[in-house]
Amino acid sequence: MTRHTLSVLVQDQPGVLARVASLFSRRGFNIESLAVGPTEVPDVSRMTIVVNVDGSPLEQVTKQLNKLINVLKIVELDPAASVSREIMLVKVKADVDTRSRVIEVVQLFKAKVVDVAPEALTIEITGNPEKLTDFLKVMEPFGIKELVKSGMVAVGRGSRSISDRSSRPADKSGERTA
Amino acid sequence: MSEQITGAQSLVLSLEAAGVTDVFGIPGGAILPLYDPLMDSTQIRHILVRHEQGAGHAAEGYAAASGRVGVCMATSGPGATNLVTPIADAHMDSVPMVAITGQVASTSIGTDAFQEADIRGITMPITKHSFLVTNPDDIPQAVAEAFHIASTGRPGPVLVDVSKDALQALTAFNWPTTVDLPGYHPVTRPHAKQVREAARMITESSQPVLYVGGGVIRANASAALLRLAEITGIPVVTTLMARGAFPDSHMLHLGMPGMHGSVAAVGALQKSDLLITLGARFDDRVTGKLSSFAPNAAVIHADIDPAEIGKNRFADVPIVGDLSEIIPDLVAAIEVEFANNKRGDYEGWWTQLDRIRDTYPLGYDFPTDGTLSPQFVIERLGIISGDDSIFTSGVGQHQMWAAQFIKYNKPNTWLNSGGLGTMGYAVPAAMGAKVGAPDKTVWAIDGDGCFQMTNQELVTCTINEIPIKVALINNSSLGMVRQWQTLFYNERYSNTNLHSHRIPDFVKLADAYGCHGLRCESQDQVDATIEKAMSLNDAPVVIDFVVHKDAMVWPMVAAGASNDEIQFARSMAPEWGGDE
Repeated sequence: MTRHTLSVLVQDQPGVLARVASLFSRRGFNIESLAVGPTEVPDVSRMTIVVNVDGSPLEQVTKQLNKLINVLKIVELDPAASVSREIMLVKVKADVDTRSRVIEVVQLFKAKVVDVAPEALTIEITGNPEKLTDFLKVMEPFGIKELVKSGMVAVGRGSRSISDRSSRPADKSGERTA
Repeated sequence: MSEQITGAQSLVLSLEAAGVTDVFGIPGGAILPLYDPLMDSTQIRHILVRHEQGAGHAAEGYAAASGRVGVCMATSGPGATNLVTPIADAHMDSVPMVAITGQVASTSIGTDAFQEADIRGITMPITKHSFLVTNPDDIPQAVAEAFHIASTGRPGPVLVDVSKDALQALTAFNWPTTVDLPGYHPVTRPHAKQVREAARMITESSQPVLYVGGGVIRANASAALLRLAEITGIPVVTTLMARGAFPDSHMLHLGMPGMHGSVAAVGALQKSDLLITLGARFDDRVTGKLSSFAPNAAVIHADIDPAEIGKNRFADVPIVGDLSEIIPDLVAAIEVEFANNKRGDYEGWWTQLDRIRDTYPLGYDFPTDGTLSPQFVIERLGIISGDDSIFTSGVGQHQMWAAQFIKYNKPNTWLNSGGLGTMGYAVPAAMGAKVGAPDKTVWAIDGDGCFQMTNQELVTCTINEIPIKVALINNSSLGMVRQWQTLFYNERYSNTNLHSHRIPDFVKLADAYGCHGLRCESQDQVDATIEKAMSLNDAPVVIDFVVHKDAMVWPMVAAGASNDEIQFARSMAPEWGGDE
């Protein structure tokens, strides 16, 4: 099984998230992360869906997604040719003795302290999933009280946009799929 | 500014604009506003059914028999949930259908109001698309899109759920002249390169089979298929959903493949070196154990739905498009091959297949105790009623016998619940078929188990003068389940005895419904009883054929077994011979 990132353009209509989520569940796929938000085009939303599947089931789920009337386009993002980011807010134990060491790590990772309390610091960090994992490893010994992560968002590198006709859809329906 | 009308009036005008002439439904609280202007429509005939499931299957039967979109209608909550089974059925069998449901007022949605059910949410995985309309101005657009989606591409059911306040509020009626759905563009034209590649493989193969599915019928591509088969001389098998897509009387036809398919059809697929798959989907009831299905065959897979291609079996040559365009293109490409002196030689293949076909024809044994053979009844029914009749069936043994022993020579003459396997489909589907094709003789071949699930629609048939005919294959049990208990559960018949020989009395039941009730218990009475039923056209007819309960459906591939392990009778495996 490998990790795949799908960018899905959908019409911004009620129920569309439910349709997409229910399709994944009905066809037996686990969504690792999902982020939805508006795009540069009015009434079009973009979902970034990260799934752990083999190649051929992925093709099947992509084709099934394409059958949803509200789905406009699906592109699989190649990790090497795209930028992906997650945002994480993490509350770390930090008292008078440890606070400066925690802040040192925050600076090393170019993270940000967004809230200070006598016994804890709340830190905001943005990056690719690997950076966030590394950060957590270093923070764990201090004691993590609470953690929240956004789903991953991703965009292809270069000047082309996903809504350009030339960008290659993940489901090459009608063409040789082998 | 256009005239102000209610949302309900707008909905009736929209259905009329979509060309609807027949609707099957039942009113109720939330959809009441719609039923008032519906009463004034001169174009739309509303047939009041007795259960919403009947409305749904009737819409399916109507669609299959007429080629038009079937329409059913129900109120919110339980009315809508009663449509769930036929909607799922239509989804599995790609039936063009629009279901209109009333919904509680938009201000009450989400409050667990009386008769509220989230029918759009419930039906999301079993519809091609669904709409929840709460603004009356959106009604014409939603209806136009619903009919477009249901009837184009791979056909399927579409739900339009309309809130009560949207039906009551004032609006203007504007029928959209075009439907533009940016996320919906079914591919109909096949890739020329793929078609040429398919033609090349066909002329180079030595053991090809045309594996024909229900898609050929939905695409109205039977005539094109006949031409393709005849110019190439390739053997044809038709799946349960494709019975009638290719004439059973044709020498190139080997019958139905699958769990209860003919030995020749199953054997041809297993031994093939090339499957030319047309509108079929490698269903488990056809393939048996998938990993051992047609092990030596390359696959050409043509379908309107790209998601079917490669879903169960890898396709060497995928062709996405409408079969009514693909097959003629394929014929043309093959003719080019012929012109270049490339032609497949299938003589050895036919020698092998003819031997299997001659050695293992479909057949059955007569009961030794003088009771009636169900297969005989069904076979006679097909012969006496003839090619132009429409046959619907329920699900189980009688369905398999009806698929095996009636000779279908025309498309859309065999309607059944193939994918979902819905018991109770036969009677309401026959009713819908008779409304869609009033000049045809329509027979529902039903089991006593299935019949007791939906026979209340005989009332609808009697009152609305829809004279269908029901051949009840009454073996007093849930026959197919009983067969599995015989074969796999040591003859322990847990809950399969229906006691229908005693209760109910189906002749009296038919009489109570205003139908003609006939009974037949012996072989010498079969023809006369069928002929009698054929002569009665003033009301529906029900024949209670009291048949032997131990008759079994053969051949059979046990569930999960390889097709190579087909048995043509209990513990009797065919000798394949040939190249082994």
